[in-house]
Amino acid sequence: MRYGETGVNLEIDLSRGSVEKVETDPRLTELFLGGQGTAAKTLWDRVPPEVEPFSPDNLLIFTAGILHSTPVPGANRVAVNTFSPQTNLMSHSLMGGFFGPEMKHAGYDQIIIRGKAQKLVYLYINNDKVEIRDASHLQGKGTTETGDVLKKELKDDKVQVAAIGLAGENRVYMASIDHGHSSAARGVGVIMGDKRLKAIAIRGTKDINIAHPAELFEASMKLHRQIADSDGCGDWMAYDEDDSFHHNHFAWGNARTRRKNFWSKELEERWRNIKYDNMDRQTSCYNCPKNCRNVIKMPGKKRFGYKCYGKDTYHMAAFKELDFSYDILGIAQEYGLDSYSTPQVMAFAIELYEAGILTDKDMPGLPADSGDRFYYLMEKIVRREGIGDILADGVSHAAIRIGNGAEAYDHNTTKKFEQLPIKLGKVNLAYFLMIATGEKMSITQIEGSFPQDPMRTMEERQKFVDNWTSPPDDKFKDYFLNWEKRDVMSNQAFCEIVDWNEAMHYIDDATGLCGFVSSFRGQFGGDVAYNIHNIPALIEGATGIEMDKEKLWEVFQRNRTLVRAINVRRGLRRKDERPPEDHWAVRDEEKEQQLLSEYYEFKGWNEDGIPTLDMLDKLGLGYVGEDLLERGILTDNDTISAKETSAAIDKV
Amino acid sequence: MKAGLKKKIVKEIKVDISKCTGCRSCEMACSAFHAVPKYSSLNPSKARIRVYMDEIRDIYVPIRAGGYTQAECNGRNLYIINGKEYSECAFCPASCPSRDYFKEPSSGLPLKCDMCEDEPPLSEPMCVEACKFDALTYVEREETVAMEGTPLTEKQVELKAAYESLVKTHGRKKLMDVFSQLSKR
Ligand code: SF4
Ligand code: SF4
Ligand code: SF4
Repeated sequence: MRYGETGVNLEIDLSRGSVEKVETDPRLTELFLGGQGTAAKTLWDRVPPEVEPFSPDNLLIFTAGILHSTPVPGANRVAVNTFSPQTNLMSHSLMGGFFGPEMKHAGYDQIIIRGKAQKLVYLYINNDKVEIRDASHLQGKGTTETGDVLKKELKDDKVQVAAIGLAGENRVYMASIDHGHSSAARGVGVIMGDKRLKAIAIRGTKDINIAHPAELFEASMKLHRQIADSDGCGDWMAYDEDDSFHHNHFAWGNARTRRKNFWSKELEERWRNIKYDNMDRQTSCYNCPKNCRNVIKMPGKKRFGYKCYGKDTYHMAAFKELDFSYDILGIAQEYGLDSYSTPQVMAFAIELYEAGILTDKDMPGLPADSGDRFYYLMEKIVRREGIGDILADGVSHAAIRIGNGAEAYDHNTTKKFEQLPIKLGKVNLAYFLMIATGEKMSITQIEGSFPQDPMRTMEERQKFVDNWTSPPDDKFKDYFLNWEKRDVMSNQAFCEIVDWNEAMHYIDDATGLCGFVSSFRGQFGGDVAYNIHNIPALIEGATGIEMDKEKLWEVFQRNRTLVRAINVRRGLRRKDERPPEDHWAVRDEEKEQQLLSEYYEFKGWNEDGIPTLDMLDKLGLGYVGEDLLERGILTDNDTISAKETSAAIDKV
Repeated sequence: MKAGLKKKIVKEIKVDISKCTGCRSCEMACSAFHAVPKYSSLNPSKARIRVYMDEIRDIYVPIRAGGYTQAECNGRNLYIINGKEYSECAFCPASCPSRDYFKEPSSGLPLKCDMCEDEPPLSEPMCVEACKFDALTYVEREETVAMEGTPLTEKQVELKAAYESLVKTHGRKKLMDVFSQLSKR
């Protein structure tokens, strides 16, 4: 019997119309656990680097976390992975709600989708019954609308639906996959659309077995209580109406303008009223005692749900106010658009228009008001109509295609992916490392355990450290105690802090835990429910796999290194690891590059950011090393030769 | 206390649907508690509580399983509460042939809430403990009820059930008519 997992993957080939159930090797669970880790293993094994993202051989993979469908609270993030046409690298996305747990109750840890359907289809999974069904009646339908139609058709409100909207159908790079009011962003909807898969509707009524029932249940109920009572868990932005943090510190428009004194008490009051006058309720993801999602219904508009900074991106990009976001978010949700990257693409287009690079010929009938322009552009983008066809490829690709100086306006991307619109003064080296080297593509997917800012007095710091249970090692407490200026710390400390931050994300994305109770949350106060000390026992309780801190840390390193190897095999190198040049006004190239070298070494990567044979061997990834050797990406003496290679690249 | 009256503890779970966040922790906990052995498996479809959810219409209704019913209702009511439409089924606790709710998924046997009766008793039912939003709260109320006189024998209980089911299918009036006709023969 398998514990904590089903031991079965579902393989769908949309070209052939075939469905297969494949038993998995339990040893792989022990090595990769689940979620993104397991998906990375599948992608490494089955998608060679020659496969283009739009090839039928590209895979779209949904992987449940190892803690999904156990009593452990806040475990519900399903990992969605594929290769992105925007970055040509591995896309990684997470979707909250109920989909991952439902997959496991239906009997599958992973759904692997290959090929392309002839015409639009949806996948219906009801336990053992799996069918590829015609979806022509769903064509052009909104994301939650699709869910609603399918639930009615299938006569079951417990069917969980993940769907794309018009954006995904038209292969817009910013397309998301939406599941009710939860959303998988960062470039996965485009591949679902390319495969002509409108939706997956899944229902499962099978048991998930628990290895150590009483212990795990008791621990989980304690965590329920702890998370419910703690201010250090969940999305504080769901409850706190003071959002001066984003509005005064992030950049408006196409990541351009800081409005340091934007926030005021008057505004806060006004916005509070807009929110509470139109909010139905706050909702939760599966088995979580927090309610981070605000559900809004504006008169005459579609109901939508949002979390976190998602309510700010549209109005900040358009220089508007909250009511604008509230109006447009419902529409964007139905189209299935990532609310982080899309507003930036639209603000970029408006900048180009104002600079005369795009003209009325490119945008006939463009309205005068910035808000109206957003609606105008959104319609063009989701239909790939006119200029929308170019913008639908995201800022970087659009800039290249438009040319004529447009490239200079592509100033806020890394690895061709839109970054959060933040422009600051002096370089912060921890953030430099995270933005440069993160392969989950957004700072929010790597930062999170170590506090963002130092505390002023020793007394405050001591008090903080005394209650701080999450650091893997006491040295992090020392780092914090001695930390006075944000940008001053030893390189060793920067490396270790960034590594710990990243570790927790890789662990969450394998277990399926939500960042708001784990990896993302510690930076805002430290009192977070999950950490490297308590997660191992939960995994062991659910699965029976012997687990401790060291072993779990190694799973992180293995998953992380494998993701790096996958991307390296597709061409990722040191030269790509650059935060937006204007992210900080004051940079120090020499210091940054020195730190980057030290960090690579710390990670077990060579000077060009490629995992070394030693590191790969140590993690049981010898076969990865062999492949990289065969391809000439590594040589037997990899460190030295890699230095030569990078010099050679420079000469080209 | 007056003769013929006795005290009885009435256990109640109060449901405040406006507080429900749709987390389904109640389903999780109920299914774990009723697994055999306890907590050994998870399966919300085996829970004796079910959160009817409709995100699009903002409807969240936790319902506890009430027991088996032979036939579905003839007519259904629609309720409008705060401008939202709820069908009567959304609130109905029955394990009924018209739907798959409250049936053991593999055997189809009806599921019924047992208030988590346990030895030693829980301080509150599992679903309530798992609900951190006070959508479910537990109340024990003392009620004074009329004594039921001499308890019925097993045979009488059986006959009573048969009688009640006949009443349900044919209606009391019709049944009485038939009885009186038959006894006249
Ligand atoms: S903390 Fe919030 S976002 Fe995370 S699982 Fe819970 S309800 Fe969902
Ligand atoms: S009281 Fe117990 S049996 Fe009844 S629904 Fe709640 S948890 Fe289930
Ligand atoms: S635990 Fe409470 S809030 Fe969560 S779904 Fe059940 S009744 Fe609703």
